[in-house]
Amino acid sequence: MAAEREPPPLGEARQPELEELEDGEDLFTSTVSTLESSPSSPEPASLPTEDISINSNGPKPAEIILDDDREDLFAATEEVSLDSPEREPILSPDPTPAITPVTPTTLVTPRMESKSITAPVIFDRSREEIEEEANGDVFDIEINVSDPEKVGDGMNAYMAYRVTTKTSLSMFHKNEFSVKRRFSDFLGLHSKLATKYLHVGYIVPPAPEKSIVGMTKVKVGKEDSSSTEFVEKRRAALERYLQRTVKHPTLLQDPDLRQFLESSELPRAVNTQALSGAGILRMVNKAADAVNKMTIKMNESDAWFEEKQQQFENLDQQLRKLHSNVEALVCHRKELSANTAAFAKSAAMLGNSEDHTALSRALSQLAEVEEKIDQLHQEQAFADFYVFSELLGDYIRLIAAVKGVLDHRMKCWQKWQDAQVTLQKKREAEAKLQLANKPDKLQQAKDEIKEWETKVQQGERDFEQISKTIRKEVGRFEKERVKDFKTVIIKYLESLVQTQQQLIKYWEAFLPEAKAIA
Amino acid sequence: MGIPANGSEDSVSGPNGEEGRGIAELVTDPSLQVEISDAVSERDKVKFTVQTKSSLPHFTRPALSVVRQHEDFVWLHDTFSENDEYAGIIIPPAPPRPDFETSREKLQRLGEGNSTLTREEFAKMKQELEGEYLAIFKKTVAMHEVFLQHLAAHPVLRRDHNFYVFLEYDQDLSVRGKNRKELLGGFFRNMVKSADEVLITGVLGLKEVDEFFEHERTFLLEYNTRVRDTCLKADRVMRAHKSLAEDYIPISVALSSLGTQEVCQLQTPPELLGRVASDEDLKLSDLFKYYMRDSQAAKDLLYRRLQALADYENANKALDRARLRNKEVKPAEAHQQLCCQRFEQLSASAKQELTDFKSRRISAFRKNLIELAELEVKHAKASSLLLQNTLIVLKGDA
Repeated sequence: MAAEREPPPLGEARQPELEELEDGEDLFTSTVSTLESSPSSPEPASLPTEDISINSNGPKPAEIILDDDREDLFAATEEVSLDSPEREPILSPDPTPAITPVTPTTLVTPRMESKSITAPVIFDRSREEIEEEANGDVFDIEINVSDPEKVGDGMNAYMAYRVTTKTSLSMFHKNEFSVKRRFSDFLGLHSKLATKYLHVGYIVPPAPEKSIVGMTKVKVGKEDSSSTEFVEKRRAALERYLQRTVKHPTLLQDPDLRQFLESSELPRAVNTQALSGAGILRMVNKAADAVNKMTIKMNESDAWFEEKQQQFENLDQQLRKLHSNVEALVCHRKELSANTAAFAKSAAMLGNSEDHTALSRALSQLAEVEEKIDQLHQEQAFADFYVFSELLGDYIRLIAAVKGVLDHRMKCWQKWQDAQVTLQKKREAEAKLQLANKPDKLQQAKDEIKEWETKVQQGERDFEQISKTIRKEVGRFEKERVKDFKTVIIKYLESLVQTQQQLIKYWEAFLPEAKAIA
Repeated sequence: MGIPANGSEDSVSGPNGEEGRGIAELVTDPSLQVEISDAVSERDKVKFTVQTKSSLPHFTRPALSVVRQHEDFVWLHDTFSENDEYAGIIIPPAPPRPDFETSREKLQRLGEGNSTLTREEFAKMKQELEGEYLAIFKKTVAMHEVFLQHLAAHPVLRRDHNFYVFLEYDQDLSVRGKNRKELLGGFFRNMVKSADEVLITGVLGLKEVDEFFEHERTFLLEYNTRVRDTCLKADRVMRAHKSLAEDYIPISVALSSLGTQEVCQLQTPPELLGRVASDEDLKLSDLFKYYMRDSQAAKDLLYRRLQALADYENANKALDRARLRNKEVKPAEAHQQLCCQRFEQLSASAKQELTDFKSRRISAFRKNLIELAELEVKHAKASSLLLQNTLIVLKGDA
């Protein structure tokens, strides 16, 4: 575990901070380059300068990504970057400083005031405390995707969705705003974020999948239940996608995301089309990657990673199995509903043919009860599906993203190793040249050695950086997963309870009818 | 074993026999009590232990116990239905063949080491299937018992000689199953019967003079069809419920193994669902099945009566012809008298039986529907409570 914690290299700039800190409860958004030994020092991605001045804007995200294993929420007393608001689109060797929200707690602030120079110590203590409070997620941003609207006609038609954001974060221009986006916009957003962040270890939430069949039906204008179901499914998936993305502290800071949420006009993302040039390039790259993966044999020196790799494999399998089980459940419930409806009809007919009036009435009542139960079953089936099954699908895709990130780490390692090999070769070449006594080429060789030494160092740093980021990301992922599943299970159980309560009502209403048979 | 025409017997059994002969609503008549105390399932046979307690004189002992198989029950039923003396009675339908096939198959498949199941899932499925097996077993015992109890409760049928033999003969009855010829014969007889029905009622233009019977016939025909259909649909619902309950098993196991320990409690819904399914089955499905068969028996009675009517009509015609030709008038007269008597006896008895059938049916439905509703409420309340407790735990952990 090398290079874990380092005092923020920008000690000097911290002074101006403290004053603002003393402002009391307000947490300011601070940006600190995560403790990477970044050669280029203060280039932490920053929040727009405006934020700094406005201290009292409610809970503002501020987090330092510190140590490896820990999910850190650190109300850091780090310098606020007064730099340009725009973060570089492509990540430089400097990993983007993570800016994550901090739970606004009064506990945190005093600590910040007291310590200033002994940063690492602060990190420690506050980190622990903040971890405890981490569950109180005050990201304070709420996204809704609603109002799917068909725009255009024929094969060029598309669905436009309204994306509404409610937030008190100051990095946005307004507190509440909404825009219209189409599916390819979402894909474009994901693609941009993925390009920027995936290869340095951030788990970027995957976007919902394309569906040619589904969309064609909608385009063609089939107004049946399957296409409405499809649109609803997609709308919900898009909402979940955005919510997951904004929950990610680093991604939330991304200007592309902001642009997506805010700006009324968005350049059309053409690269997301499956058959476009970019699409084909993607497919080729994917294939190449797969081949590479098989050939990279990484010496995993870190047991943590090995363990996590295995864990994710297992989790993936479990989730897939669970997913198929839930789909079977949905199917059977629909069957039960159909059978109940048939039974209800049959019972009604029986009631009609029964010549004893009271019994006849009771049987008709029974038929009605069964019909209502059928409705209930149908609704429950929806609950099963939307609540449960979709979540599982999301997580299966997320795990694919995690695996992707782990693969990137491997590639990073490979790059580092390659650099070392090349360096070695260059050194050997230089030695040879020394013997052969060719001064001019020698100089070149020496320069090359220098270059490759730097590359090796950089490779090492990159590798460590990505490892660190991944550790943190995985920790965050695990937490989110547990939370997500718990929420979903609670919701699901609540729906089951609802169903049972309704059943009680129906049968209790039926009882006097049955008793009235004389 | 003589059959003393004991007046007191009749009076005792009379009121008891008529009222409340619902599926399980037989008034226990102390003079003849029959029950199935035990049942053993061997390979493909089920052996029932039939116990009789009786104060009737024609039994050699007050308490009897014999072992019978399903075939014996069928034999007994057939002797009744083929007995002309009982033509005017609705013969209680024979119990259905014990069918463990599906259940056994499922258990076998499970046991064949399906590797896709984890150990937990396996254990749960096994439990579920065993429960199903047990339920089927209980049901078949109940059906056989009800058949005997109906026989015992009927004032006329209970005095049948074969019935006593069935209850008392402590050796194996060695009722050979119908051989192929007899089976085929039975099959054809049924076909002929239904064809006859149509013929008799339609083509021959038999006038049904009695409104009561006319009404009953229409009613029964329709009712029988409908109840058959409802029974089928109820079965389907029951099966769908079962497969749903089975679905929950792997899900709950998977969830608990996902590491969130609170989720273990999700196991309970599947068990509850399974139980609801089997209880519903016992109430609704059984009810419909029984009345499907009972209404069929009632139809058979009507058919027999119609046959008797046809015979009577034919005898009338024969008598007229004989009178015309003035030949063999006496025998024709006698025959006609006989037919007339028979027909009238049948009609009277049939009327009684059909009225009984109706009241039986009504009270059985009432009882079962009430119980069904109460059970459903009970189950829903229990599940609801369980789910709510789970929710409290889950939320509390947050």
